[in-house]
Amino acid sequence: MLGRLAAQRFREIRQVFRQIPQAPRLFSTALNYHLDTPDNNPDLPWEFTEANKAKVKEILSHYPSNYKQSGVIPLLDLAQQQHGGWLTVSAMNEVARIIEVAPIRVYEVATFYSMFNRTKVGKYHLLVCGTTPCMLRGSRDIEDALLKHLGVKRNEVTKDGLFSVGEMECMGCCVNAPMITVADYSNGSEGYAYNYYEDVTPKRVVEIVEALRRGEKPPRGTQNPKRINSGPEGGNTTLLGEPKAPPCRDLDAC
Amino acid sequence: MGLGLLSSRTLLRSGKLRPGIFTPLLRRSIVSTSELQNAEAAQAQPDSPPPDLPKRTPVGGARVHFPNPEDAIEVFVDGYPVKIPKGMTVLQACEIAGVDIPRFCYHSRLSIAGNCRMCLVEVEKSPKPVASCAMPALPGMKIKTDTPLAKKAREGVMEFLLMNHPLDCPICDQGGECDLQDQSMAFGSDRGRFTETKRSVVDKNLGPLVKTVMTRCIQCTRCVRFATEIAGVQDLGMLGRGSGEEIGTYVERLMTSELSGNVIDICPVGALTSKPFAFKARNWELKGTESIDVTDAVGSNIRIDSRGPEVMRILPRLNEDINEEWISDKTRFFYDGLKRQRLNDPMIRGPDGRFKAVSWRDALAVVAEVIHQVKPSEIVGVAGKLSDAESMMALKDFLNKMGSNNVWCEGNGPSPNADIRSGYIMNTSISGLEKADVFLLVGTQPRVEAAMVNARIRKTVRAAQAKVGYVGPATDLNYDHEHLGTGPQTLKEIADGRHPFSSTLINAKNPCIIVGAGVFERNDKDAIFSVVETIAESAKAVRPDWNGLNVLLLNAAQAAALDLGLVPESGNSIESSKFIYLMGADDVNLEKIPEDAFVVYQGHHGDRGVYRANIILPSSAFSEKEGTYVNTEGCAQTTVPAVPTVGDARDDWKIIRALSEVAGACLPYDSLTAIRSRMRTVAPNLLNTDERQPAIFSYSLKPESRQEMSTVPFGTAVENFYMTDSITRASKVMAQCSASLLKK
Repeated sequence: MLGRLAAQRFREIRQVFRQIPQAPRLFSTALNYHLDTPDNNPDLPWEFTEANKAKVKEILSHYPSNYKQSGVIPLLDLAQQQHGGWLTVSAMNEVARIIEVAPIRVYEVATFYSMFNRTKVGKYHLLVCGTTPCMLRGSRDIEDALLKHLGVKRNEVTKDGLFSVGEMECMGCCVNAPMITVADYSNGSEGYAYNYYEDVTPKRVVEIVEALRRGEKPPRGTQNPKRINSGPEGGNTTLLGEPKAPPCRDLDAC
Repeated sequence: MGLGLLSSRTLLRSGKLRPGIFTPLLRRSIVSTSELQNAEAAQAQPDSPPPDLPKRTPVGGARVHFPNPEDAIEVFVDGYPVKIPKGMTVLQACEIAGVDIPRFCYHSRLSIAGNCRMCLVEVEKSPKPVASCAMPALPGMKIKTDTPLAKKAREGVMEFLLMNHPLDCPICDQGGECDLQDQSMAFGSDRGRFTETKRSVVDKNLGPLVKTVMTRCIQCTRCVRFATEIAGVQDLGMLGRGSGEEIGTYVERLMTSELSGNVIDICPVGALTSKPFAFKARNWELKGTESIDVTDAVGSNIRIDSRGPEVMRILPRLNEDINEEWISDKTRFFYDGLKRQRLNDPMIRGPDGRFKAVSWRDALAVVAEVIHQVKPSEIVGVAGKLSDAESMMALKDFLNKMGSNNVWCEGNGPSPNADIRSGYIMNTSISGLEKADVFLLVGTQPRVEAAMVNARIRKTVRAAQAKVGYVGPATDLNYDHEHLGTGPQTLKEIADGRHPFSSTLINAKNPCIIVGAGVFERNDKDAIFSVVETIAESAKAVRPDWNGLNVLLLNAAQAAALDLGLVPESGNSIESSKFIYLMGADDVNLEKIPEDAFVVYQGHHGDRGVYRANIILPSSAFSEKEGTYVNTEGCAQTTVPAVPTVGDARDDWKIIRALSEVAGACLPYDSLTAIRSRMRTVAPNLLNTDERQPAIFSYSLKPESRQEMSTVPFGTAVENFYMTDSITRASKVMAQCSASLLKK
């Protein structure tokens, strides 16, 4: 009887830990196989714009001519920027044709990297860092605020096609956690920008979204006016003067 | 042995112990060897093999080939020194030493991947276990395969592999022949520690032949490497990463390659299995019979797995010279045609045009009566594509005895030349194709005519960057080739040296010219062959050490027919015939047969020939008889009966022998050995089975040809790869394949 009680209590404790406290967290890995849709199927023609064709030549010049396959990642990146933030099957087929490999090799690369979106994203793709340092500083609240404000679930596009929210791995701004990134696909590959907005709060992140919606470009970097880049609030408390000179400027003489 | 058995025998004889339930125990001899007796003594000798243990032999009785005998290095496997050629991997060195290392992703005919990690062994002075499939063996390496470290590594890898593997053994077709099952029993631990949720993967549609349950996939990538390297179609890939990796085609594509069925053999788990064979049988209830495939002229070695009277599946057998370890899709899946549309009773067409089943006695009596009523010059015999040499011998003997010399085999054309053997076989031999560096394909599409020859050409093109020039209609070969032209004029240009390809041929070390047997049907066949011989002469393709002038045959029966001399007296004897004996011949142009001719059809399927037949004599298919077939390179092989014949069918040659007796022209052989000794008098090479007999004389003996070459371009001999003879036309799986897999 005591054993049964203990087992029951154990199960309850386990359930508490297993509980998902926030909104359903969808795994961000997309499907590894393709489903034809009217705007994404192999019969749709796709090619690089004239300006981008010059960029393609420039990219391929970085690699030996018999190893064109090495340029697959930059070319896929360019194709993604041109197509508004995502890769269609026909775009991947075109890249395969340019680098002279079978399309499946390009599909393999595109499915390996999570930053290659193979389903539609919004013109402004908002990526929230969810790794430990940001999470400790409240990135889950940021994400909830974004999702609630835009009225979408993760990886879904808003009705006007402007915004989508995704989760991202650590982007290196742990000192300025929490942070989001905005991948700006609104102006094709010429106007492509990938900007960090750090030290955000749920209120500030909604303001940024509304500013983007109006077509403005909010200042990137830390959104905390009291900080300069990754320095502390209120200015530096160390490194106030010139660094100490080395014991001897002329190392040969020492 | 020795004392134990002796003592038990004396005890029994003395009557002291009653034989009965104790006898089995006594009869079992107890064997003891010296090291079992002296365990300490054996342990005391470090690192040197006890002298009275036998020498270690390579795994599976393999022979080791030393390309450079001076380059042999010595490594130590579990204390045993072995000599290996330089460049071999640790896994191969262990195989030579007789130690079979478990592996999933390594396959001797594919490139090395090294991603399953099951082959980990301990190498002295190495900080961590070594993937033996990828590590080259260095001289003096001490490899240990049975230490606790190696065993722990294997158990760990097996545990990881089983973590995401579904518990499908009862419903998985691979059960009983599954590498994962076998290796987990042999090398895995007895329990797992995984308590999380397993991942599952969406199944992919690869066509009507390969069934996929991708949840079972262990991501060894053998199928990806096979499709890329050997089949030449880059369709499969590894998508995604981590535990969410999926093997697939990304977009919905069917595996249209003609070698796609081989991924079923290659897949170590039940992720890729045979769709026609799904859920039909377990492998331990099947009886395997080693036989030969007859759907094309390659003569791939197969194993027919049967359960009772039914052929359940066909698997490849290893034959390094002909088909290595692969068979084409047609060979693998056409067996369900053996169960449909079989002729099982002798039938006579009545006056109302309908067939009536009769007894053998009546049928043979009718045939004998008719054959005596016609003139000898009006008797014609045609052997079909799947006829074996014994039946063709009997047919020719019988019709010759009746006075007719109009016997031929389908596919050899109206005027075959059987005098010079090198004019109709693949003189380079299929394994010899690997030594060629330039190929010239004339009027042949090896991909659909002989898929295994095509695989060998692709292997050569891949390994040695051989150049391939192709003359014929535009076709899809799975290797880079130059389409030189479509008709005989291109050949003339090459022969005259006006074509850019002529210089490639002349500068080649081992040029190889392959002419398709479709050329036999042309009227200007002699002219084409003489032009090809001119090309061979200028390219020095025929030398004492290398004969590069080949003919690629289309049917399994052609080579034996020409060896036995089935050459008709006149090319258009059918139009003036009154008695036609079709022995499995379905591709005869039935319109050429006169209205009043009496047609006897002896075959196993009710295909095209029966529609015109007046009498049907049922015979056995290749899986039910012992027949000799000669493949396109001149190697005689025999099929072995795997299943009993259907209904009242008999062997072909036995029917003809019985008919000859009823007709009063009795043939002098009653048994298989007797008819084979008759064959020996005509073509002794047919008796030397499994040994390739090269042709002795080259084309130089042929007389000059005065024929004019026509300008008609070369055609395709095989329109539909999946339906080429009576058995494949009766097969449902082949019908599904030709509906969905043929390139439109």
